[in-house]
Amino acid sequence: MKNRTYNGISAPYALWCVVFIVAPLAIVAYYAFTDKTGAFTWDNISGLSMYTDTIARSVYFGIVATVICLIIGYPLAYCFARAKVSTQKILVMLIMVPMWMNFLLRAYAIMVLFEDTGIINNMLASIGLPPVHMINTSGAVIFGMVYNYLPFMVLPLYTSMTKLDGKLIEAARDLGATGFQTLRDVMIPLTSSGIVSGITMVFVPSVSTFYISQKLGGGKYTLIGDVIEMQFQTAYNYNLGASISLLLMIFILLCLFVMNRFGDTDEGGVMA
Amino acid sequence: MKKNLSVKAKLYMVLIFILLYAPIFVLIFYSFNSSNSTSVFAGFSTRWYGELFSDLKTIAAFKNTLVLAVLSSVISTILGTVAATGLHYSRTKWYKNSVMTITNIPMMNPDIVTGISMMLLFVFIGMMIKVSGVLGFSTMLIAHITFELPYVILNILPRFKSMDKFLTEAACDLGCTPVQAFFKVTLPYIKAEILAAFIMAFTLSLDDFVISYFVSGPEFQTLPIRIYSMTKRRVTPDMYALSAIIFVAVFVLLILTNIAQDEDFRERLRKRRERRSMTA
Repeated sequence: MKNRTYNGISAPYALWCVVFIVAPLAIVAYYAFTDKTGAFTWDNISGLSMYTDTIARSVYFGIVATVICLIIGYPLAYCFARAKVSTQKILVMLIMVPMWMNFLLRAYAIMVLFEDTGIINNMLASIGLPPVHMINTSGAVIFGMVYNYLPFMVLPLYTSMTKLDGKLIEAARDLGATGFQTLRDVMIPLTSSGIVSGITMVFVPSVSTFYISQKLGGGKYTLIGDVIEMQFQTAYNYNLGASISLLLMIFILLCLFVMNRFGDTDEGGVMA
Repeated sequence: MKKNLSVKAKLYMVLIFILLYAPIFVLIFYSFNSSNSTSVFAGFSTRWYGELFSDLKTIAAFKNTLVLAVLSSVISTILGTVAATGLHYSRTKWYKNSVMTITNIPMMNPDIVTGISMMLLFVFIGMMIKVSGVLGFSTMLIAHITFELPYVILNILPRFKSMDKFLTEAACDLGCTPVQAFFKVTLPYIKAEILAAFIMAFTLSLDDFVISYFVSGPEFQTLPIRIYSMTKRRVTPDMYALSAIIFVAVFVLLILTNIAQDEDFRERLRKRRERRSMTA
């Protein structure tokens, strides 16, 4: 068949892309640089300075949650990869089950546990311990992120670790490397693709979340996602909302660009 | 690599799994509570399940979710398979590269940005054609197809790379038309990936909240959107019941797919069938 025919076959999809991916982003940019009457303005962009704290908090929470996920997830993925092949299947399934439950329900479950009159505090009271205030703290929000996105960290790490030759670790140890040295010089470089995709898959949703911060932070810890959601669903200031979204998008794309220089994300991603 | 785990490693895994599952199990436990408080377990009852099933809005949302998931995943699988075929054989470098770059955008962008960008597009078009309230079933269908398509294409494309390019040529030499060659040679070769892509698109659609939330209208709600509006009030034990049902459904489905994929099991099943046919 002629090349032109093949381009023709994919043309409907290319058109779909232009109309429903490129055009929407162009419209976001359009809204970000115009006011309600459609006239050009810088106001929305300069209005972003109001949200410096929110942006800084989102990035900070996102980084903390991602680092915790990595610290918990890396050894977990290593354990998975070292288990018997039949056990590995079960372990992967077990980590996937919570992932398939809607994240709203998972965050809600955490809220029910953490509330001042919630399940944990009732249990503490029943054994005579003083209540612990957990809900509406920054710790609760970060816990919610870690709880929700841990599987997204473990799965790509696990994929890249199954490709890791165990003999290399043994060789490193035989040649006198300490456990830490083996980790730093052998394991981490060889699993970098999994680390990069794991970090991406936890950081992106953590930075842009809004439900988790609403439920577990009680509105005290507004994140970028909350501000965007508010502008579109309650405040109806689409122009300001668009400028914040544009900023978030540019920020995430920059992060991904930088991250991709550290590892080849073609492997061990969502598809694996 | 040594294939046995130390006790410490096993303990670590057990601990993490307990942390992951405890909140879900606690919710399931309290879904059988006869009172709506989480402070006392007043006694066993299925009251909240009854309330959940008599809530017409939730039932409607459940139906909507299924309809949307089936329609959007069928459309995105067909459109994506055709697109992947065309893209694989395309020799126009710039065209192929730019389409692939755009395909990656929805996968990299945060869902909230994808959601509001589509919402703004629909609102913008609505303003152009002077129709208010454009958001509804059709906008959700378009949005779901859009975010499923990249997954479908990226699931199928790698399979083409391992395919012998002379297979289709041979089919054409033997008298197939290109369309026949596609259906008789290419399609059977990539069918496992198409099925995987379809399942993935389907589950993505079922599970999506963020994008749906921004492009949905008041008269067409999906289950995640319903959950969102229900959990705006603080304590709603019927949501515990819903969690329990979804958990059990997911668990059973995963076990079934695992069993279906398990070679040993299939082998045993085959042998048993043979034995039965021999005795019969």
